[in-house]
Amino acid sequence: MTLKLPIYLDNSATTRVDPRVLDKMLPFLTENFGNPSSRSHSFGWVSEEAVENARIQVANTVGCDSKEIIWTSGATEATNLALKGAANFYQDKGKHIITLKTEHKATLDSIRELERQGFDATYLTPNSEGILDINALLAAIRPDTILISILFVNNEIGVIQDIATIGNICREKGIIFHVDAVQAVGKIKFNLSELNVDLMSFSAHKVYGPKGIGALYVRRKPRIRLIPQIHGGGHERGFRSGTLPTHQIVGMGEAFRIASLEMDDEIPRIKKLRDKLLNGLSQIEEIYINGSMEKRIPHNLNVSFNYVEGESLMMAIKDIAVSSGSACTSASLEPSYVLKALGRNDELAHSSIRFTIGRFNTEEEIEYAITLLQNKVANLRDLSPLWEMFKEGIDIEHYQWQEHGPRDIILHQ
Amino acid sequence: MSYSNKVIDHYEKPRNVGALDKSDPQVGTGMVGAPACGDVMKLQIKVGLDGKIEDAKFKTYGCGSAIASSSLVTEWLKGRTLDEAATIKNSEIAEELELPPVKIHCSVLAEDAIKAAIADYKNKH
Repeated sequence: MTLKLPIYLDNSATTRVDPRVLDKMLPFLTENFGNPSSRSHSFGWVSEEAVENARIQVANTVGCDSKEIIWTSGATEATNLALKGAANFYQDKGKHIITLKTEHKATLDSIRELERQGFDATYLTPNSEGILDINALLAAIRPDTILISILFVNNEIGVIQDIATIGNICREKGIIFHVDAVQAVGKIKFNLSELNVDLMSFSAHKVYGPKGIGALYVRRKPRIRLIPQIHGGGHERGFRSGTLPTHQIVGMGEAFRIASLEMDDEIPRIKKLRDKLLNGLSQIEEIYINGSMEKRIPHNLNVSFNYVEGESLMMAIKDIAVSSGSACTSASLEPSYVLKALGRNDELAHSSIRFTIGRFNTEEEIEYAITLLQNKVANLRDLSPLWEMFKEGIDIEHYQWQEHGPRDIILHQ
Repeated sequence: MSYSNKVIDHYEKPRNVGALDKSDPQVGTGMVGAPACGDVMKLQIKVGLDGKIEDAKFKTYGCGSAIASSSLVTEWLKGRTLDEAATIKNSEIAEELELPPVKIHCSVLAEDAIKAAIADYKNKH
């Protein structure tokens, strides 16, 4: 089998639409194009039936009632609706919100907006493995805490939080609990009927479905109320107005159905690939794994390559498509805030690579990635004065670097 | 980030990578930048008895533009006197490599590395 380059190892960014999903979607763009809200003809009825069928597929995958699923344009909108909708509705009870520093930006920026509206937020720091300490959460809860939002699986480092325990605490204290489960679906088993979670955000395109569709789970027993954030025709029982994109919804339903159906086979296969990648990369000196390896989905490996600069590393490995914690991928000069929250220094945060393995990756691709990384890291280290210093036994951490205005600096050693 | 062909060429085939003996009185060593800033350049020059730079070596920890900037200046330095070397401006480096505005600091660092290497050499004499 010949390899097709570049190799896609960025499945936490997005995934290829599964061909089986696409097959289900296409008829809803052509012959069954009706508006699911049209009650007066069969075009509408067929679309509505497809939407409701997909709602059941999603609900079955996550273990809830289909009436508890609200379609949104994606997980970012679902999270905005959950956090702003709940905070606005329950603000008379209190104005304090708790979250993690390593949350997705959709959560962090929604809460920042709520802070601008007068809410008070606590951003908890996870431990060096990326895991939230339950005692730290308990200590942060106040009488006026109304909402807690925690990421089920972290998008950068793949670590899994103890949602069951946090849910029990929230229920006991009467606090609304939102969970961003975008990276959890199809990757770890969970069942909403067994979890005290009130609101949960989902996305289709991380699970081999199409982009532009997501969902919010809104618990009915006990009932969670939300202030809608998008107004209009009163779709989705008033929670979220806007014509439903039938083909996208059908795609999400089918993607979730396949995920739950094939999880038991897919997870061990992906874990085998990840372990192979880990073993291969472990032969490189001075690498650091970011985040807990025990409490982690098998799809994710996040590694820092010491004494190699992130952007040049990305340039060197352009035959594989991965993400980096380096600032080079964004306009800012700040490296990954997730790795910084774990206590990683700037250099290690900059030189981090996130590999995320998916349904369509093969063993050959992983082997190619290992060889590529081994060679390119060696090349860049040959070029690195820091590697030379490390090999000479110089303490780089305490070396007197001339960070500013180095115009008249002379090196004396 | 799209790089110019010249940056990619220097990045993929860096010129004059290596190290000279920093205790050699003929050798001047300049190291500028800091790991926390994402760039460290080490530039070394070897000055011949005729006062001209006969060899130059570099090692750089940094992005492709930083590697290219230091690689380029090692080519430019050879055969120059110290006074001539000191006239190399970051703007010339940036122009030659067609660096985008966000990468101008790489050329500044390369100019600083030249000046530091010259200063180290002069300090030995």
